[in-house]
Amino acid sequence: MQAVQTIQETEDEIVDEFSLFDNWEDKYEYIIDLGKKLEPLDAKFKIDENKIKGCQSQVWLIADEKEGRIYFKADSDAVIVRGLVSMLIRVLSGHTAQEILDARLDFIDKIGMKNHLAQTRSNGLLSMVKQMKHYALAYNVKLNG
Amino acid sequence: MTSIDTDIKPFDVAAIRRQFPVLERKVKGKNLVYFDNAATAQKPQVVIDALVRYYHQYNANIHRGIHSLAEEATAAFEATRDTVKEFINAGHREEIIFTRGVTEGINLVAATYGRQNIKEGDEIIISGMEHHSNIVPWQILCLEKKAVLKVIPVDDNGELVMSEFEELITPQTKIVSIVHASNSLGTINPVKDIIDIAHQHNIVVLVDGAQSSVHLNIDVQEMDCDFFVISSHKVYGPTGVGVLYGKKELLEEMPPYMGGGEMIKEVTFDKTTYNELPYKFEAGTPNIADTVAFKAALDFVTEVGKENIRKHEEALTKYAMEQLSGIDGVRLIGTAKHKTSVVSFIVDGVHPQDMGILLDNYGIAVRTGHHCCQPLMNRFEIPGTIRASFAMYNTKEEVDELVKGVAKAIGMLK
Repeated sequence: MQAVQTIQETEDEIVDEFSLFDNWEDKYEYIIDLGKKLEPLDAKFKIDENKIKGCQSQVWLIADEKEGRIYFKADSDAVIVRGLVSMLIRVLSGHTAQEILDARLDFIDKIGMKNHLAQTRSNGLLSMVKQMKHYALAYNVKLNG
Repeated sequence: MTSIDTDIKPFDVAAIRRQFPVLERKVKGKNLVYFDNAATAQKPQVVIDALVRYYHQYNANIHRGIHSLAEEATAAFEATRDTVKEFINAGHREEIIFTRGVTEGINLVAATYGRQNIKEGDEIIISGMEHHSNIVPWQILCLEKKAVLKVIPVDDNGELVMSEFEELITPQTKIVSIVHASNSLGTINPVKDIIDIAHQHNIVVLVDGAQSSVHLNIDVQEMDCDFFVISSHKVYGPTGVGVLYGKKELLEEMPPYMGGGEMIKEVTFDKTTYNELPYKFEAGTPNIADTVAFKAALDFVTEVGKENIRKHEEALTKYAMEQLSGIDGVRLIGTAKHKTSVVSFIVDGVHPQDMGILLDNYGIAVRTGHHCCQPLMNRFEIPGTIRASFAMYNTKEEVDELVKGVAKAIGMLK
């Protein structure tokens, strides 16, 4: 129905938004705000099956496919994680499996959140990206296999 | 007269801090405030020097070579054993077994003494505030032997319910394994009472000294524990080294843990006879360098004085608890009467992880999460806590930074 902007375009948009902040507190306040605004996931989806492993906080992620595009929804009990996952959803949701698989997600580094991808963080940003790509891969296999 | 003077001399934190090079670094452009000491303590220069000196001057395999370097390395390695013996006042040097740390020490006892003595239907008692390394080895043993693991409950202040402990004891109880000081709450458990009661029933007691050995005076003979375990890295020493203390008569009877070099007396393909204590339990080339440097850490702590350190840390803990509980929404978890320098807390409506992330941006290192004590967190019905734990080099000003940081973070998160 709508001309979806590319993953890269959304990434650039986020990088632009973050360039307005000149200190870390403003950046995090923005992420926290995104986290608060993220639509909560219905309780029926907050089950172990949808939980992402390896997170200090609880993170649930679900994916739906409609007309060849994948739509993500997620939730967490930690607000910064909610903010981070809300950005991932904004970037990746509504794209084809192949586009999601090809996404480089450089914006995470560019907005200074790369440390959240580190293994030791165990806040699951890395696990979330992996899980989203995993869903995309599964749909891709289903589609082409 | 002079001893009184030294006692009242103020603890010179500035001088202490100069001994720890890492404290000079910046994190995210701010002075590092390191409050994750219960996870691992930072290392003083003397420990780093001892490590470097070993590799620079006398790296050699120990106990076998007859050349000078091997003799020097062996002497240094064995000197650590003597220092540990003094540090915990063990009766004999061969009661000191080097391990990789507390986890290995507990696993060693479970796999040797435990396997030898636990039969189907026997019972092992631990407490509700154990970290996973004092739970899982016993679970594995219980599963293997069809034995039963029982748990002393914890009350709302984070203290053991001692009356329940006596209720748990039956003729089948064979081992009590108990943490001396809780890593997540700081509670110091009445181990002497526990040991006395257990011994009346001929039950062997292991005391997990992971958190206590750095803060409290340890006298294993007075405590009368059967086993005591330590990790060097929590006592300002290197990682990868620890100590299992065991009463000689128990260690003598126990089968070896791992087979290999060093732990043998004679090997033929038919039969192997084992080396004497402590070497029976020290198979293979040990972690020589870190063990050697561990001595420097213990000497350093002894020189500064455990009593001085304790007073300083107690003052910090008290101050931190007062200041933090003054912030709206902060709830302290673990308010036992006797505590080590651990302050655990949660904030209403704030996930500990969010707090940890924001504090890190202020250069403050705290631990957030379940602290490898999931059953204990379940007990308090919380996902985890924010934990600040203090060491000899921490200051009141740093606590002020934490309190400021927590207040600011709450402002951002709410």
